[in-house]
Amino acid sequence: MNEQLGAAPAPVTRLIEEFHRLPGIGPKSAQRLTYHLLRVPHGDAVALAQAIIELKERTVLCSVCQNVTEDDPCAICRDDRRDRAVICVVEEPLDILAVERTRGFHGLYHVLHGVISPMEGIGPEDLKVNELLARVRGGAVQEVIMATNPNLEGEATAMYASRLLTPLGVRVTRLARGLPMGSDLEYADDVTLSRAIENRQDV
Amino acid sequence: MYKTPAIVLRSRKIGDTDKVLTLYAANLGKIEAVAKGVRKAKSRLAGHVEPMTHATFMLAKGKSLDVVTQVETIEPFAALRDDLDRLSRAVYVCELLDRFVEPHADNFGLYRLLLATLRRIAEREDVDTPVRFFEMALLDALGYRPELEECVACRTKLAPVLNYWTAAGGGVVCPACRRDEMAVRPISANAVKLLRLHLHGRFSDVSRVRVDAELALELERALGEYVRWVLERDVRSAAFIDAVRRRRGVAHGIEPRDVGYTGAATAANAED
Repeated sequence: MNEQLGAAPAPVTRLIEEFHRLPGIGPKSAQRLTYHLLRVPHGDAVALAQAIIELKERTVLCSVCQNVTEDDPCAICRDDRRDRAVICVVEEPLDILAVERTRGFHGLYHVLHGVISPMEGIGPEDLKVNELLARVRGGAVQEVIMATNPNLEGEATAMYASRLLTPLGVRVTRLARGLPMGSDLEYADDVTLSRAIENRQDV
Repeated sequence: MYKTPAIVLRSRKIGDTDKVLTLYAANLGKIEAVAKGVRKAKSRLAGHVEPMTHATFMLAKGKSLDVVTQVETIEPFAALRDDLDRLSRAVYVCELLDRFVEPHADNFGLYRLLLATLRRIAEREDVDTPVRFFEMALLDALGYRPELEECVACRTKLAPVLNYWTAAGGGVVCPACRRDEMAVRPISANAVKLLRLHLHGRFSDVSRVRVDAELALELERALGEYVRWVLERDVRSAAFIDAVRRRRGVAHGIEPRDVGYTGAATAANAED
């Protein structure tokens, strides 16, 4: 460790290092956050610490859909009003929030916790794929919607899952690819535009 | 500000909405560039910067990394994205080129080779032959041409018998020179002949040869082992090709990766 004269006290450097390990936090932001916390009332700092502890201690992965939850199974999986014949497969828990915001989907979810990334060496065995297969083998499922991102990794994951799921006699669908609202046709890339034409709809 | 045609080899996320692209540019070789905001749904660049896209890039000189200002797709290679077999091979080819070349070493020949290979993988029924041809051409272009005429130990001309392939020796060793402590795999006379054709022939010559599954596997393992030896590491996307092959409608359950003659492969690694 670089113990210099006049360097910050050990507890301060320690917190800076902890913040620095978080995604998107550089050394400067880590320092700023740390010195900010030095100034806040004692109770606020303790509340933050407590929130972090509770985050780890009071959440589990839902044994059905693998989403982060306090109670297992999670609220969505327990909800009788949801359609148990349809599963929407997403990469991350945050994607569930995005789909839920649409209020257009009433089925269940499945979180893969990642995506196949051949060049990073992340394969299907690193994802919650077996759990998905077990659910589909359970019988009640008629359709699996692959809602992975429309990029190389998301496509690879969707196609791979479809190869595993189709033999089980379930319908596997993919989110449509098309033009985003408020965008400009002349800037659309060829792949998106040709998909938009293929999947055009009656007005 | 400059403009270049390039192929996207890979991309990695950085910050909240950006990506760093690794490009193989026509006259610049491998370069990195930042594509800002491409993870937002309304990004104008996003659809043009996916791996394996062939596009014209406008780049602005940045402090450390250059920044993508405009892109126009030349070939989107949609066929590579719609099929798991093609996709896995194309990703492997891109990873291989990325790992083999140093940044800013321009090589127009490799650029053309990559383009031709991606087109072949996109269009052909047999997606593996283009990959083998690419591996051989890449090894040859970068100074790792394997010895296929003489025994690497005694330098006598190879007889058309069952010889041995040695990644560490950089080619074929004859039965007389083969020692137990060497990490070798048997290689058939036909495989050596076919490797020679890969090295000296054109793709059209190679693709006309009818290759059975066993011979194709022999070539894949020999070249794959040599590639791993030269790179001193695994090519990650090779595992994905294996996974895709195993999943042609089979139930799930990942077995250990089949690297063929495991003994030889591990021995080769141990020597590094």
